[in-house]
Amino acid sequence: MLYINNLNVELENEKKKILNGVNLDINAGEVHAIMGPNGSGKSTLSYVLSGKDGYRVTEGSATFEGREILELSPDERASLGLFLAFQYPVEIPGVGNMTFLRTALNSQRKSRGVEELSAAEFLKIVREKAKNLKIDAEMLKRPVNVGFSGGEKKRNEILQMAMLEPKMCILDETDSGLDVDAMKLVAEGVNALRSKDRSFLVITHYQRLLDHIVPDVVHIMADGKIIKSGGADLALEVENNGYSDLLAEYN
Amino acid sequence: MSNTDTYEREGVDQDTVEAVRTVGQKYKYGFSTDIEMEYAPKGVNADIVKLISKKNDEPSWMTDWRLSALKRWEKLVEPNWAMVNYPEIDFQDIHYYAKPKSMEKKPKSLAEVDPKLLETYEKLGIPLKEQIILAGVEVGVDGTQEQRKVAVDAVFDSVSVGTTFKTELKAAGVIFCSISEAIREYPDLVKKYLGSVVPQSDNYYATLNAAVFTDGSFVYVPPGVRCPMELSTYFRINAENTGQFERTLIIADKGSYVSYLEGCTAPQRDTNQLHAAVVELVIEEDAEIKYSTVQNWYPGDENGKGGIYNFVTKRADCRGDRAKVMWTQVETGSAVTWKYPSCILRGNESQGEFYSIAITNNHQQADTGTKMVHLGQNTKSRIVSKGISAGFAQNTYRGLVSMHPKAKKSRNFTQCDSLLIGDKCGAHTIPYIECKNNSSRIEHEATTSKVDDDQLFYCHQRGIGEEEAVALIVNGFCKDVLQALPMEFAMEAQALVAISLEGSVG
Ligand SMILES: Nc1ncnc2c1ncn2[C@@H]1O[C@H](COP(=O)(O)OP(=O)(O)OP(=O)(O)O)[C@@H](O)[C@H]1O
Ligand SMILES: [Mg+2]
Repeated sequence: MLYINNLNVELENEKKKILNGVNLDINAGEVHAIMGPNGSGKSTLSYVLSGKDGYRVTEGSATFEGREILELSPDERASLGLFLAFQYPVEIPGVGNMTFLRTALNSQRKSRGVEELSAAEFLKIVREKAKNLKIDAEMLKRPVNVGFSGGEKKRNEILQMAMLEPKMCILDETDSGLDVDAMKLVAEGVNALRSKDRSFLVITHYQRLLDHIVPDVVHIMADGKIIKSGGADLALEVENNGYSDLLAEYN
Repeated sequence: MSNTDTYEREGVDQDTVEAVRTVGQKYKYGFSTDIEMEYAPKGVNADIVKLISKKNDEPSWMTDWRLSALKRWEKLVEPNWAMVNYPEIDFQDIHYYAKPKSMEKKPKSLAEVDPKLLETYEKLGIPLKEQIILAGVEVGVDGTQEQRKVAVDAVFDSVSVGTTFKTELKAAGVIFCSISEAIREYPDLVKKYLGSVVPQSDNYYATLNAAVFTDGSFVYVPPGVRCPMELSTYFRINAENTGQFERTLIIADKGSYVSYLEGCTAPQRDTNQLHAAVVELVIEEDAEIKYSTVQNWYPGDENGKGGIYNFVTKRADCRGDRAKVMWTQVETGSAVTWKYPSCILRGNESQGEFYSIAITNNHQQADTGTKMVHLGQNTKSRIVSKGISAGFAQNTYRGLVSMHPKAKKSRNFTQCDSLLIGDKCGAHTIPYIECKNNSSRIEHEATTSKVDDDQLFYCHQRGIGEEEAVALIVNGFCKDVLQALPMEFAMEAQALVAISLEGSVG
C-alpha cells in the first residue's frame, strides 16, 4: 500500500533537518502504530506524506499503490485515497460541516471519474455515519470545527474519514483530548473501517488507544527516524518504561 | 429554520462549486451580440438631451426636467474623494444613446422583440420568456419545492426590451414597467416621486444621469399589496463607447411589500465604459422593500485594461413610520466601483439594513459602503459588509452613520470584515459616525483576516482543489450576506464569488 524509502526532509525556509531517513512499509490491510517523544517528527511525516507546503524532501521516496506521490498535489493524493486525521483540525468559519463534506466527497469522486452523490443520497449516508459517532444533526450544520470542543473535532475527523472511505488512513494523535467513551467511539469507528484493502498509520502517545485498535506493527520514532519496530507489545513496553531504554539501546 | 431548509441552503454551496466547474471562461458574460445599433452622436449637450427625450416620446415637463439637470451638471466638477484611481473620463467622447435598430418601433409584446436580443438574454441565463421564467425554484417552509415566479424587465444598452408577467402583476395592482413607459403612462406618479429621493443635483453622476438617463425600471406597489412575485431587472451594456444611464424608481405605498432583484453584465472590451445609474426607493408607512443587486459588469483583464466604471447613486427614503428597507449587494464586477446605497430613516421606528459583499481581484478598485441617516425616533440600522481583495486590488468600505437630534433612542450596528488573498492587495475601512443626541447607540466592529494556508491545506487534504477551496472559504466568509439574498440570487452570487476569484491563488 504505502512504501516509504529513506525519506529525508528539511524545512523549506531554514536549514533544519527533521526527518533523517524514514523507512516504513505498510501493506494493504495492516494497522501500524507510531509512537515517539514530542518533536521526533511524527506529524512532519504525516504532513510530508499528504503534501503540505513548507517542507523540502532532500532524499528518498514514498510510493502509494505503486505511484510516486511526493510530486503530486495534496488534493491529488487525497483523491488517490490518502487521508490524514489532523492532530489539530482546522476551523473554517461560515462553511457548514455538511457542505464541506459533500464538496470534499464529490471532488474526490469526480477526480476518480465516479458519479457525484445526489444531495439526498449524501444526506442519508452522512446522517447514519454521524449517528454511529454520536455526532448530532446540529453539529453537522455548524461551520467546520468552529467552536467544537477538542474531542468533537477529533470525532469530526473520523466522520470525514468514514465518509471519504480512504485506502490509507493516517491518524495523528486522534486519541489526545478524548474522554474514555469518545475514545471507544473513535476506536469503533476505525475498527469498522478495517478491511483487507485499507491500511492505517496511527500516531499516538498512549497504549490505551491500541487496546482498542490492535496494531499489526508498532514503530518507535526518534530524532526523525524509526529506531525500532515490533509487535503490539512494544507499545506496552513504552507505556511501562518510557523511551529512555529504547533511546539508549539505539544510541 | 427547519432542517431541510438549512440543508438546502448548505446544498447551495455545492451548486456553486458545480457552477465553477462548468464555467470554462473567466468572464462568461464577455460575448457581445452583433445587433445593428442606432447611436446618438457622441457627447452631451442640450440637443442630445432633447433627442433622448424625443426618442422616448416624453412629455415636455420631462424634457424640461432633464434640461435643468444638464444646466446644473455643466457647472459641477467630478468628485475625487473616493479611494479610486482612473484616468480622466472624457464625457464628450461617450455615446449617450444607443438602441438596437429592431426596437425602432416599440414592440407591443415580447413576441415582437428581436429574437437576437432574446438570444442574448438566454445566453446570460436570464429567463426572459415567460415559460422559462418559471425555472426559479425555492424550498418552502415545509421543505417542499414550490415554483416561484420572477417578473423580469431587461434593459439592453439604453432601452428596455420587455417586461414579463405584466398582466398578472396588473391584476394585483402592481405597476412594473420601464421608466420610459411610466413617464408616458403614469405621469402623476412619476412627477410625484422622481427626484424626490435623489434630487437632480445630488452629485455629479446623479445629475448627469438626470439629464441623460435613457431607460430603467419603474415599480409601484399600491397600499396593502404584497407583490405576488420577485421583480427583476437585468442590465446589459452591449454597444461599444456607450454609457449606460438607467434610472430606477420603486415606490412601496403604505403597508405594501416588494422584493426587487437587479443583475448586470457587460461584454469584454479593451476600453472602459461608464455606467452611472440612479436608483430611488420610496417606502411609505409600514411598507417594505428588499433590493438585491448582483453586479457583474466586466472588471477588465488581468492587467487592468478595460472594464466598467460603475458610479451609482442608490438611496432609499423610509418616509413613513415603521417603513423598512434592505439593500443587499454582491459586487464582483467593474474596474472601478463607487457606490453607497443609503437609507434615510425618516419615519419613526423605520429600519434600514445594508448587506454587502464586494470582491476585487487583479486591478479592480471598489469604494463602497452605505449611509444610514437616522432622522426619526427609535430607528434602527444594521450594516454587514464583507470586502474581499485579491491580486493588486483595492477595496474600501466607506460608511456614514448619522444620528440626528430628533432620532432619539435609535440604534446602529455595523460589522465590517475584510479578507485578503495574497499580499499585494489592500483593504480599507473608513467609518464616519455622527451622533447628535445622547439616547442613541452606535456599535462598530471591524476585522481584517487573510485566507489562511492551514485552511487551504485542510481543504486540499480532503480532496478539494485550489480554486474550489478558495471559493469555499470565501463563501463561508460571506455567508451572513449570502443568506440575506433571495434563493435564486444566492446561488448565482456564490458562483460569481468563485468565478471572480479564479487565479487569485497559486
Ligand atoms: N514549520 C516548522 N517550523 C519550525 N520547526 C518545525 C516546523 N515543523 C516542524 N518543526 C520542528 O520539527 C520537529 C518535529 O515536529 P513534529 O511536529 O513532526 O513532531 P511530533 O513528533 O509530531 O511531536 P508531538 O508528539 O509533540 O506532536 C519539532 O522540533 C518541530 O519544532
Ligand atoms: Mg505531532
